Amino acid sequence: MNSLQLLPDTASTFAVQWNWLFWMLVAVCGAVSTAVAVLLIYWTLRYHRKNDNEFPQQIQGNIKVETAWTLIPFILFVGMFAWGAELYFKIEKPPANAREVYVVAKQWMWKLQYTNGQREINTLHVPVGEPIRLVMTSEDAIHSFFIPAFRVKQDVLPARYTTLWFQATKPGKYHLFCAEYCGTKHSGMIGWVYAMEPHEFERWLEQGGAEGSLASTGEKLFHQFGCSNCHHFDSQGRCPVLTNLFGHRVRLLDGRTILADETYIREKILRPRAEPIEGYLDSVMPTFEGQLNEEQLLALIAYIKAIGPAPGTQQPTSSGTSSQSLGQQPGIAGPGATSISGSKPGDR
Amino acid sequence: MSSALSSTAQKLMLREQYGTPEQQRETVTLGMWIFLATEVMFFGGLFMAFAVYRMRFPQGFDEGSADMSIVLGSINTAVLIASSFAMALAIHSAATGKQYRSVWLLLTTAFLGVAFLAIKFTEYYQHYEAHKVPGIWFETSKPEAGAMQLFYVFYFAMTGLHALHMTIGITLVIIYALRAAAGSFDSEYHTPLEALGLYWHFVDIVWVFLFAIFYISGLHT
Amino acid sequence: MSTLVKIPAAETPNYLTEGRGIRSWLLTTDHKRIALLYLASVTVFFFIGGIFALLMRLELVTPASDLVSPHTYNELFSMHGIIMVWFFLIPSIPNTLGNFLIPMMIGAKDLAYPKINLASWYVFMLGGTITLYSMFRGGVDTGWTFYTPFSTIYSNTYVVGAALGIFVSGFASIMTGLNFIVTIHNMRAPGMTWFRLPLFIWSHYATSIIFVLATPVLAVTLLMVAVERIFQVGIFSSELGGDPVLFQHMFWFYSHPAVYIMVLPGMAVVSELVAAFSRKTIFGYTFVAFASVSIAVIGFLVWGHHMFVAGTSIYAAMYFSLLSYVVAVPSAIKVFNWTATVYKGSISWDTPMLYAIGFIGLFTIGGMTGLFLAALGIDVHVTDTYFVVAHFHYIMVGGTIMAFLGGIHYWWPKISGRMYPEGISKLSALTVFLGFNLTFFPQFVLGYLGMPRRYAAYPPEFQSLHVLSTAGATILGAGYLMPLIYLFWSWHYGPPAPPNPWRATGLEWQTSSPPPKQNFEITPVVTRKAYDYEGMKDELGLV
Repeated sequence: MNSLQLLPDTASTFAVQWNWLFWMLVAVCGAVSTAVAVLLIYWTLRYHRKNDNEFPQQIQGNIKVETAWTLIPFILFVGMFAWGAELYFKIEKPPANAREVYVVAKQWMWKLQYTNGQREINTLHVPVGEPIRLVMTSEDAIHSFFIPAFRVKQDVLPARYTTLWFQATKPGKYHLFCAEYCGTKHSGMIGWVYAMEPHEFERWLEQGGAEGSLASTGEKLFHQFGCSNCHHFDSQGRCPVLTNLFGHRVRLLDGRTILADETYIREKILRPRAEPIEGYLDSVMPTFEGQLNEEQLLALIAYIKAIGPAPGTQQPTSSGTSSQSLGQQPGIAGPGATSISGSKPGDR
Repeated sequence: MSSALSSTAQKLMLREQYGTPEQQRETVTLGMWIFLATEVMFFGGLFMAFAVYRMRFPQGFDEGSADMSIVLGSINTAVLIASSFAMALAIHSAATGKQYRSVWLLLTTAFLGVAFLAIKFTEYYQHYEAHKVPGIWFETSKPEAGAMQLFYVFYFAMTGLHALHMTIGITLVIIYALRAAAGSFDSEYHTPLEALGLYWHFVDIVWVFLFAIFYISGLHT
Repeated sequence: MSTLVKIPAAETPNYLTEGRGIRSWLLTTDHKRIALLYLASVTVFFFIGGIFALLMRLELVTPASDLVSPHTYNELFSMHGIIMVWFFLIPSIPNTLGNFLIPMMIGAKDLAYPKINLASWYVFMLGGTITLYSMFRGGVDTGWTFYTPFSTIYSNTYVVGAALGIFVSGFASIMTGLNFIVTIHNMRAPGMTWFRLPLFIWSHYATSIIFVLATPVLAVTLLMVAVERIFQVGIFSSELGGDPVLFQHMFWFYSHPAVYIMVLPGMAVVSELVAAFSRKTIFGYTFVAFASVSIAVIGFLVWGHHMFVAGTSIYAAMYFSLLSYVVAVPSAIKVFNWTATVYKGSISWDTPMLYAIGFIGLFTIGGMTGLFLAALGIDVHVTDTYFVVAHFHYIMVGGTIMAFLGGIHYWWPKISGRMYPEGISKLSALTVFLGFNLTFFPQFVLGYLGMPRRYAAYPPEFQSLHVLSTAGATILGAGYLMPLIYLFWSWHYGPPAPPNPWRATGLEWQTSSPPPKQNFEITPVVTRKAYDYEGMKDELGLV
């Protein structure tokens, strides 16, 4: 494939909208640049110095002209801002019913896991026409998940989950790149995204998942590591009840409320006594730092998501379909992370 | 403005690029104020980072702050404020022609600065004995161990940078005291002292803020 | 060209002849000599950084990482960035042309603090030595951006050394900015009011504000990176609950204003060149002056536009996007004012003017692509790709370096007392312009096609564009070598220059070429505004 390609693949709903905005900007900026260039060249030629002692008319300025070329660009800029922000809002707010895929990045590979347990390395299979939401974390440095054909990119951070979503529109094979420099094999941290017709995707998905769904793996871990000893499903245990926790707000001891998203669950498993919850001043929960790897943490989180409603009403499934339950509301706009800029997850 | 060719003018060491002594004085003073602006940005970066983490880990940072000796911190604050007072008096003495007094006041300023450093290093040693020096020896059984260690990283970095600025200041104060003793300044020309005074007061003010964030914030626990 | 007969220097003593021998240069406090010390240093750094770039481009001719290993490539782009940003672009115009001209343009004998000026050069050289030592001893592979946790934990290169070298050189920046601000406030000749100052001064004043307020933040940020590497514990790693994104906030809080440090001096030069070679006052002087200061101020408020996909909140992103559009307005105003100056002027196509026109065109393209990047939805796709690389090279190379070369040529007669050869200089300006566009325009295409930056190896479909880019780079390199050779040549063999070869306004042209050590025989008293061709018509012999 060595031919000179001048237009990128357009394979997602975002890509179509992106193209419109991009070419509008090219048109406007191209027009202005051309105007400036043409005027400069034309005037420098037209007013070329005719003799060494030539003295041209001195023009100090013109308020009207200054106002015009201050206000008009500003108005154009606000328009560009608004359109760009609108697209960004869509990119950062995944729909509630998106199918989830979990991504763990490490130097220098992408490890992907579907909720049915299917795993892959450096490849992502997605059905066309369905929103897909990636929940991502890194084991080491900062990476960035980039699919040019879908026009999506999101940095992948350690100790935190960030999210990215898209809806593919065209079946095909598309590049996956790491877009945040992460060391020696940064340019080797690449792969492929396969967008497939929905029935083909279902067929593909069923091939994997022999070890059971992600949530069922999480359930096994939940028992294996003794979580079920304290976290009972009735209120008899010493610990907070975990059903119906995910996606709801939790009140902390100091009065703040925080959204129980993926990052919250992960923090509580690894640093249980930080940011204590109301009613649990002397937390007896031990830390599992160093005992669980990122994939196991994701499995536990998938389990917590699955037990949204109380058990008995809906079991985590091990079939090919997503094991998300009804009461779930990931609905976190944008990167579901407690961000440095001061916003709490969820209060967008 | 002084008239030309007095002995003052000789001491003035009017530099070649200046037209008048007044110009030189204004230039030196403006320069010092701008330098202090850069110092505000320098310390400011760390204050901002501290504020971010304090909002995130209120408990851990309070635990760290509770560790600090409010007694020693308060004494240090008093010592530095006294030293700024001495510095201000030293400049006033120079401005009113009392050379002998200004030398002694400058030496007092330096002495108080050294006292501050002595107390600070005592505290550092106490932290070391309590195994609270990140990167060298840090242990705690408190629940928010990570945040507490983060607190201590800021503590050592910021008070360490402050101590470095103090050391430079003390050195300059001693040098200027010697120059004052040699008669370099008089009631008409003591601009370097004024500039040094600005620097000294600034370093003092930085300490007051450090005292607030490191010592006072955890008092309630 | 004349035969190679060494033409003796002017008989009257000037800053070059007063005081001979290496001690008189290394211990000088004369701002003009210090400017030349800086010129020599930044030229050396430029060619070192340029060699790294050439090696990178040679590697990128083929998709596979076959010329150098990926690790070496990573070191090359890191060291290229570090040297070019901190040891060439930032000091280039301010410390050479700024140092030389600011006192002269305001009618002063020297800067406010000549000894601090000399000290700044030594500090700069110390920083450069430390950084170069780290590079040649073992390299650094973090990128010039030093993102954590890679730089603090995972990199196995001389991060502390490189960071320390940059830290030290930052003090030279601060000293320079401080010197310039105080000089412009306090050392103006009688009658030189603020609104009679040349726009070169206004832009350098704005640059100096950024120097003094932004650089300390970089210093403290790099210090904390070094602390974390040395003590294995710090404020940026998630181990203690720290946040690697905090580093990005602190780093970009400096580094975004830093790009205005790099472009404002270029704009300073262009204002002078456009006025001189249109023989006309700059259209909208006051607007251009205030635009410079606005760029400096608003430039402090937009750092988050480097972090739209870094994991910050969408509301923060929206704020930074809007402010990024706001900061583009004063730049646009300047471009329009320069263009309007040309209208009905008396245009001369000397080499400096070629560079100035080139700047305006290329800076406009670079600035426009900034508008693309400021659009949030667009940026998600093109950030961290070659689109960004092309954008900033258009501004820093197509902009700043063109302005630097234009300024060096324009003031060469004043600095050296000699004229440069006009024929070959025009040819090299053209070579630079063509080579530049061939190098960097394909990179816009690579970027929106999705090619990420900092890639040693890439998918084969991108090869043709890379080959074009490398071809351009070799032409560009040749274009830069030419002035190095002929300017050196002209120092001894060029025809002697008169005091005002361009018949420009400005106090620097009212004294001899080269100037005497104290700049002016008699302190000037200023009664004219800047670019007062009308008032100086008779003096300049214009009709």
